[in-house]
Amino acid sequence: MKKLIICLLLIITSVQAHAQDKNKKVSFEVKGNCAMCKARIEKASLKVKGVKYVNWDIPSKQLTLILDENKCTPLDVKKAIARVGHDTDSAQADDKTYNNLPPCCKFRDPASVLMDHNVKH
Amino acid sequence: MHLLKNPFNKLILFAILLIIPLAATSQITITGTVVVNNGKGEAIAQPGVNVYWQDSTAIQVTNKDGNFQIPFNKNSKKLVFSHPEYQTDTINVNRPNIGKILLQKEISLEEVVVRNNIKPLQKSLFEVQNVVTVDSREMLKAACCNLSESFETNPTVDVNISDAVSGAKQIQMLGLNSPYLLFTQENIPSIRGASQIYGLSFIPGSWIESIQITKGAGGVQNGYESISGQINSELVKPLSDKLLFLNVYSNNYERYEFNGRYNKKISENLGTGIYVHGNLRNGNIDNNDDGFLDTPLAEQINFMNRWQYMDSEKGWVSFLTLHYLKDKKNTGQLNFVPERDKLSTNYWGSEVLSNRLDISSKVGYVFPELPYQSIGIQTSYNIHDQNSYYGLNQYNIKQNSFYTNLIFNSIINNTQNKIKAGINYSNDYYDEQVNGQVLGRNDNTIGSFFEYSYDSLEKLSLVAGIRMDHHNKLGHFITPRFHIRYSLWDKASLRGSFGKGVKGANIFAENQQFFASSRSLEITENSGKIYGLKPEVAWNFGISFIQKLYLWNRVLDFSADFYSTQFQDQVVIDWEDPRKISFYNLDGKSYSNSLQMDLNYEIVQNLDFRATYKYYDIRVDYRSGSLTKPLQPKHRFFANLSYETHRKSNGSQWRFDYTLHWQGEQRLPNTASNPNNYQFASFSPSYGLMNTQVTRVFSKKFEVYIGGENIANYTQEMAILGSDDPFGPYFDSTILYAPVLGSTYYIGLRYKL
Repeated sequence: MKKLIICLLLIITSVQAHAQDKNKKVSFEVKGNCAMCKARIEKASLKVKGVKYVNWDIPSKQLTLILDENKCTPLDVKKAIARVGHDTDSAQADDKTYNNLPPCCKFRDPASVLMDHNVKH
Repeated sequence: MHLLKNPFNKLILFAILLIIPLAATSQITITGTVVVNNGKGEAIAQPGVNVYWQDSTAIQVTNKDGNFQIPFNKNSKKLVFSHPEYQTDTINVNRPNIGKILLQKEISLEEVVVRNNIKPLQKSLFEVQNVVTVDSREMLKAACCNLSESFETNPTVDVNISDAVSGAKQIQMLGLNSPYLLFTQENIPSIRGASQIYGLSFIPGSWIESIQITKGAGGVQNGYESISGQINSELVKPLSDKLLFLNVYSNNYERYEFNGRYNKKISENLGTGIYVHGNLRNGNIDNNDDGFLDTPLAEQINFMNRWQYMDSEKGWVSFLTLHYLKDKKNTGQLNFVPERDKLSTNYWGSEVLSNRLDISSKVGYVFPELPYQSIGIQTSYNIHDQNSYYGLNQYNIKQNSFYTNLIFNSIINNTQNKIKAGINYSNDYYDEQVNGQVLGRNDNTIGSFFEYSYDSLEKLSLVAGIRMDHHNKLGHFITPRFHIRYSLWDKASLRGSFGKGVKGANIFAENQQFFASSRSLEITENSGKIYGLKPEVAWNFGISFIQKLYLWNRVLDFSADFYSTQFQDQVVIDWEDPRKISFYNLDGKSYSNSLQMDLNYEIVQNLDFRATYKYYDIRVDYRSGSLTKPLQPKHRFFANLSYETHRKSNGSQWRFDYTLHWQGEQRLPNTASNPNNYQFASFSPSYGLMNTQVTRVFSKKFEVYIGGENIANYTQEMAILGSDDPFGPYFDSTILYAPVLGSTYYIGLRYKL
């Protein structure tokens, strides 16, 4: 019995030490404005293989992710977000995609933030 | 009522008229009115406000009535309102008439009024299941003293009165009586077994925070018993409820009600609430002069204490609820005195005494590091004790129930794929005495369930669930349930569902109105394990469509659904011989098909219109042949108009509400073998019932409401057969197709802090 426990403990600790985290919590800023942005950012992030959970907080612009480090990296998510029109520190959306965003989502224009965004889309 | 004689044709015509102008709209002009607060709490029109599209130079100015018109600019969609004395406001324009825009003073120390624009009755476009959510504001529209009365402004649920003596309100969904519905209170099964008939009147309306009505096959989480739908009620919660709420009500038939709620926050995370309800019906009313009370005399004391603990950082949430109730009903002939005449043939009378204790607890834990993963356990224990007699018939039932449910929520791969799994155990001990005959029963069930839901984040979502149960009387069985939703196009959803339900029929508790008749009881089966009867098994299939669109500048919801319930096994309740009531296993076919069409529209700002048409086709193979279900109209029509004045900054407001229920003719159980003066026609007449209510809100703290129910004063001509000879062979109070009680007028006050 004792041996078994020790054995199990060894396995658990070695898993934690060597394998990459299957439930890694990551948080970074994503530029955006409103609830429409939130839906777009979250959808794009969740479609990246290995991302388990996403939540983009509108006031703080912080995207919180839980992802499997064996399957993807935060950079993969940032790239996916850029492909739908939103900027992060290491990936920017191209102008064509950005320009297709609805007016209230054009976060690069400071005035867009002042728009009324409380309508449900 | 002749205008509505053929509601189906009318509806089609109406629908066609509604659709034509949609295609015609081209150049859209946006209109609206700018108002400001005049400092006395009134909104007044503001002329001279600049109105322009963001990123555009064309400016319009409001006229002396505060009105403006501006051609729609689809590139901007952002309308800016500016005036030197007021704060500039930007509105995201999503409809041609944007109604009233309230501008705030540039420097305003007044409280900012945040108005909730969510309708009190909601149908969701995105929910997978066909769920109607009713919040407490909707329940305020009815006199609404208890749960059974809170569906009167809601067309999804039909409210009927079970018999002419007890006055108990019964509800139906998809044309099936309440035993085929699963009632849950915060997802713990309630109002089942012994409390089936009177249980709805044991939950005071003012304790209810919201109600969720699921049509058709429900989820698998709460058990296998639901066949036509689920009704879940959420009670008020100590940490989110008001500090204090007081309500008194009285009506012209000497019915008085009192409701009080008091909540205390003991710490940031812990709160407790005390909720009290009492009611008294004191009026000896016999307006139809049949010698019988039109409404029972009643007394009820109802007390609840709840504890809530919530620590969102650590992920814990927990409830403990204690609920005690004592209810006494007394009815029958006017001259009946219980102490003197009980169980004698001096006068016919009835008393129903109920005592009930409910204890329930809930503990939930959300893993702080994995917000999509949670585990919860719910446990409830209740004792229900009913002692009653109806004339010479005596009926006592005692039920002790224990229920526990463990549920685990998580995901597969990502939050698009959610899973729910769990186990539950329940035990019901019944001790029944039917005219001295003792019938005891002990039911045990252990079951497990698994539910998978998928959301494509775009068009498709689905929920698939399965249960496996073992019941000591019903055996092993599997219950699958499935729901799917697909977005056809913008603001339109198509839903489908199917599922199975299984239940043992508590024939006496569910049909105790028959005791108030001279009918004899007949059970001619002995093959099954519950009163000799087999369990009831049914499949339910449903399809529904909802479209939201803009019509003449305002939101219109249209929805239609069709549900079919097919019984594989059923306990048939046969009322067709006026001398007896028979219970037997179905041999042949039994089905219930229902079609419902709803239309909701805001006619002018704050004036909402709802209309519903329902068609029922319910047929059972009786031993005497195939017949439609008795006391069930084939056509029903419902309309509701509600209007609210603009709320002033001190919260004052008027609210008006009007409801019409029209029911088509109903087939009545056969009474042809009775003597002529104790017979009913084959069909009842069609009739309409109208309810109305006016609420005057004086401030955020105080409001007064007055209203009338059945204001056209329609009652059933002969409510009780053989009321002149209640101990004779023809006495029967069970054939009730219309109200016994005429117009009711009430007044009530609400005070809240």
